[in-house]
Amino acid sequence: MVKAKEFWQLKLYVAGQTPKSVTALNNIKKYCEEHLDGQYKIEIIDLLKEPQLAEGDQILAIPTLVRKVPVPIRKIIGDLSNEEKVLVGLDIKPLKTKT
Amino acid sequence: MVKKLTQTKSSKTKVLEKTQTGIAGLDEITEGGLPKGRPTLICGSAGCGKTLMGMQFLIKGITEFNEPGVFMSFEEPTDDLAKNVLSLGFDIKKLAADNLLKIDHVMVERSEIEETGEYDLEGLFIRLEYAIDSVGAKRVVLDTIESLFAGLNNASILRAELRRLFHWLKNKGVTAIITGERGEKSLTRQGLEEYVSDCVILLDFRVIDQISTRRLRIVKYRGSTHGTNEYPFLIDENGISVLPITSLKLDHSVSNKIVSTGIKGLDEMFSRGGYYEGSSVLISGTAGTAKTTLASYFANENCKRKGRTLYFAFEESPNQLTRNMLSVGIDLQPYLDKGLLQIHSSRPSLQGLETHLLYLNKLVKEFKPQAVIIDPISNLISVGSLSDVRSFLVRLIDLLKVNNITAVFTSLTQQNVSSTNELTEESVSSLVDTWITVRDVEGIGERNRGLYILKARGMGHSNQVREFIINDNGVELLEFEVGPEGMLTGSARGKHRQTQSVQKLKKQKELESRDREIERKRQILESNIQAMRTEFESVAEELNKLKLEELELAEKAKPSAIKKTKK
Repeated sequence: MVKAKEFWQLKLYVAGQTPKSVTALNNIKKYCEEHLDGQYKIEIIDLLKEPQLAEGDQILAIPTLVRKVPVPIRKIIGDLSNEEKVLVGLDIKPLKTKT
Repeated sequence: MVKKLTQTKSSKTKVLEKTQTGIAGLDEITEGGLPKGRPTLICGSAGCGKTLMGMQFLIKGITEFNEPGVFMSFEEPTDDLAKNVLSLGFDIKKLAADNLLKIDHVMVERSEIEETGEYDLEGLFIRLEYAIDSVGAKRVVLDTIESLFAGLNNASILRAELRRLFHWLKNKGVTAIITGERGEKSLTRQGLEEYVSDCVILLDFRVIDQISTRRLRIVKYRGSTHGTNEYPFLIDENGISVLPITSLKLDHSVSNKIVSTGIKGLDEMFSRGGYYEGSSVLISGTAGTAKTTLASYFANENCKRKGRTLYFAFEESPNQLTRNMLSVGIDLQPYLDKGLLQIHSSRPSLQGLETHLLYLNKLVKEFKPQAVIIDPISNLISVGSLSDVRSFLVRLIDLLKVNNITAVFTSLTQQNVSSTNELTEESVSSLVDTWITVRDVEGIGERNRGLYILKARGMGHSNQVREFIINDNGVELLEFEVGPEGMLTGSARGKHRQTQSVQKLKKQKELESRDREIERKRQILESNIQAMRTEFESVAEELNKLKLEELELAEKAKPSAIKKTKK
């Protein structure tokens, strides 16, 4: 596998420090550390500060996690509490099976 | 209770404030528009004009009331929307460029979205708020927000969030339109009417006898009176227009002015020399009795007086009409060129009655004619039942009367029910002010046209059946003529005239010979008198002579006579 393909660019859209957003952020950080081994970048976008960005990524729900790279774009909404669903949604193969 | 509530509210904010929609007719039905600063639900099945109504609300808000707007589309992409409404004459791209309109397409792609755990729709709120603030919007349209239910699984979250959204919109003080697809049992599929309860408008698209009519009804309007009927509405190149039908109060002002019928002889049959301005005139008759010609004469006359005339022809095309009228001495073309006359030709079955009426209404509003001619109304029966046509006419006449427009309708009566000729099938008699009937007078191998006035409200009129002829110079009403068998027409009239002139001649001759006889008698008498006079003179002379002789004799005999007595 080419390394570039395994780089993950994620965006987490939140609206202020709501409990749900905090939970979501903690969850995604945890999963990424566990499974992506540093090959990722998480960008947090606070729509309260930058509302104009909501339209571009078609954000409706908060929190929303958007996988920009690798394509296709995938979105996961909610507090990301279900690890299995998040991994399936982002198409991340758990590290354990990979190694 | 409810009244009290609104009263307390009204004491704060006067009466319920309303936002004019700018959609023709809708503001009249809602008595001022949609509730200001509140959401309104527009629901209806697919293709009934929800999106358009929302869009028109925004565009009119910008162009007429200087209120910027936000259109949040959950279905159509911005480009599609722009194209769709461009065909109706709205250029939303330009408005968007001028920063007066913001269109946001919210796309919910189910395949892209995975749901895990709790979420809310704050993102939507932020987008909406951003859009509202970026143009300073006063009006917001959420086009089929129910699409969210198709894109997101958690209905309970959605419901809670929608409820919050509508509250939020209210707090934001924007006048919002929310559209919703019509559900099986409820007004909308997801029961949005539970949340948006201030004003609900239902759009409907019905097909009866293969003719479709769009209708609109205000299901509910909290804190305001409103028209409760179903109102037909029209979508044409200028968008939506609604026609309220409730204005049947008969309180229009009337004119005392008289307009000529365009035919001299016909004018003379009315005691005041024509129709009242703003009255409705019905010309009924069997086929080929020159109803159209009579109507065209009126159109011509009205144009001559520089009045605008609207001619609806349900049988002839404009070209055909002008050509045909040229043959009877009316040239309508100059008036058409000058824009004084508009001829609209269509088959009645082109659209439903309601749509016809709306179209008429629209034209009347735009063109502001002084006279309207509908030729013929009897054709409309093909697109509606009798009662429909009648109600159509009631509203039409009402519309024209309110605008003080003189209306001439023609109506074809059936030939085979000649005995009930006095009744047009639409029984519009009570609706019209003046009723002229033209009919065939048949006999001795020819057909003549007769005309009479059945009624003329507020005006004396001739009771005669007048024969009229149409030639190259136009319509001419002939003098009334009575023969031994009644009214005379056509060749009978000619014959009658001939016999009359022969008789006249005869009489004259007779008279002359009488005169001569008298003259003769007088001459005889006079000569007799002369003769007698001469005779008398000669006798008198004779007698005088005798008298003289006797006197002489007496003179001679006198002394002797004295002598005799002396003896």
